[in-house]
Amino acid sequence: MADKQIIISVKNLVKQYDDFTAVKGISFDVYEGEIFGLLGPNGAGKTTTLEILETLREKSSGEVLIDGLNVDKDQNRIKNIIGVQLQAAGYYPSLTLLELLDLFSGLYNVTIDKKHTLAMVGLEDKAKSKYKDLSGGQKQRFSLCTTLINNPKIVFLDEPTTGLDPQSRRNLWEMIRQIRAKGTTVVITTHYMDEAEELCERVAVMENGEFVALDSPDQLIDNLLAGGFVRKKEVKAANLEDVFLALTGKEWRDE
Amino acid sequence: MLAITVASLRSIFRNPSTVAFSFAFPLIFIVVFGFIGNRSIKVAVGVVPGSDTTSQVYNMLRSRPEIKLITNETNVAMLELLEKGKLDGILNIQKSSDTSKAPYQFALQTSKASAEGGAMIQMFMMHSVDQANLAAAASQTQLKPSAELRSEEVSNHAYKSIDFILPGMLGFSLLSMGVFGTAFVFLNLRNTLVIKRFFATPIRKPYIVLGEALSRVLFALISSSFIIILGRFVFGFTLVHGLFTFFNMLVLTFIGLFVFMGFGFIISGLAKTESAVPPLANLITLPQFLLAGTFFPISVFPTWLQPIPKMLPLTYLNDAMRKVAFEGLSLFQVWDDILVLFIWGVVVYFFATRLFKWE
Repeated sequence: MADKQIIISVKNLVKQYDDFTAVKGISFDVYEGEIFGLLGPNGAGKTTTLEILETLREKSSGEVLIDGLNVDKDQNRIKNIIGVQLQAAGYYPSLTLLELLDLFSGLYNVTIDKKHTLAMVGLEDKAKSKYKDLSGGQKQRFSLCTTLINNPKIVFLDEPTTGLDPQSRRNLWEMIRQIRAKGTTVVITTHYMDEAEELCERVAVMENGEFVALDSPDQLIDNLLAGGFVRKKEVKAANLEDVFLALTGKEWRDE
Repeated sequence: MLAITVASLRSIFRNPSTVAFSFAFPLIFIVVFGFIGNRSIKVAVGVVPGSDTTSQVYNMLRSRPEIKLITNETNVAMLELLEKGKLDGILNIQKSSDTSKAPYQFALQTSKASAEGGAMIQMFMMHSVDQANLAAAASQTQLKPSAELRSEEVSNHAYKSIDFILPGMLGFSLLSMGVFGTAFVFLNLRNTLVIKRFFATPIRKPYIVLGEALSRVLFALISSSFIIILGRFVFGFTLVHGLFTFFNMLVLTFIGLFVFMGFGFIISGLAKTESAVPPLANLITLPQFLLAGTFFPISVFPTWLQPIPKMLPLTYLNDAMRKVAFEGLSLFQVWDDILVLFIWGVVVYFFATRLFKWE
């Protein structure tokens, strides 16, 4: 890890709302080319933290550098090098995917191969469909592909797989791995521990606006076991999700 | 920014209710009111200065409530008013010293600009003159008529009801498009987080508003052109200077929509949910719909009510539209109307910038 370049540096980040502190002085670094997971229950401050990194929200205090750029001063330059998937994404519902890609490439002032962009997320058949007619998984996939339009250095994904069926989830994981394989850093929030375990090099666990753990999933599990933790139920070599996938097939469907 | 304009414009055209409201709605009104025609009961008659006011006929005219006699205008001014259809007729009464003629000579001028009013006043005059003559004949033995009427029509293009209805309807459709459209769109973009997604891209905030606004303006120009052209060729709407007038009207369309969109911005800032938009928007559009001279001239309102229409921005847009379309005035000649709209614009945007919310 030591030889890795730091691409996001957060020091003593605090976000204070009127009578409530959402983020209470967290510090962490994200290394270039890794998948970094932000875990925690609802209301722990994951989305707030993410939105501050995305320059969508002002922080109360602390220092945040994105690829060396300060979130206070260089918002527009940061926006040019990041891709953002919001938890609840907003798109003009009655436009087709091609038209939406026109819009977003216009916003980033780049020209893209629309067909190729859609093909990356397996939506080339849906090019002329309207956004509102897509299924949940397709919407998430489209949302993911809009984050890639500007060829970002860092992609922020806020609960990208929430509400998806196991097939779509696995499919999305595959896409996230492909993004990472191209050298893009990925910061992801999720409620699914299997997802974090599967995807992330390192995860931070948040609770009440603070980090309670920050390490690789493997190390965190080892730490817990070293503390004498024993699972109540004997773990079998397969779980119910494996059964489900074995029964219904692994390939994702056009829902 | 243009990318937002294109996307937003596409979005507008995909929305059936917007399209229906801006194209079909005004047309339905135009058709309906076009068929009803203008049933003005009052006629305004100008009396040439120096006319003899001692005759019995003149007294009869004065006693009729539906006839308004205007006695304080010059000849030239009255003729101009007549050509614009604002006067229904001009009356000249002279006492004749020629004993071979009737002692009272009535000359009536009417115009096609107010064909119905002209016909009414003419009928009324004929009737009054006949009556006066009958009365004279009964009281005296002489058979010579005491009054004589000559009528003449000032040649002029006809002022049809469409010439009144269309500009009003256009103004109103701009008002509702500006207020409802803008309010709903920005609320929607905010609630569906489209705006938030935009924020995550390098686009700057003012460009988001400009892009959206521009798409509304383009849409309004398209629908206005459609209404004007259809009005011109199907209903015979008068464009005095043809294409030039048409473009002047589009300029007014732009100015009007710009002011009205300000109201929309204010509402989108005030309303928290979509259901809060219609009451607020109606509060702004309905009074103007009824009072701003959309379907009938504001002169029909009682005097105590007059100050209200005279404050509304739509009144001035309608007024400017009509003057440009029918009277052929240039935009500079309706500067007073545009000035009022401009003042409204300044006031509205002052509040809009304060109340507008991004999230």
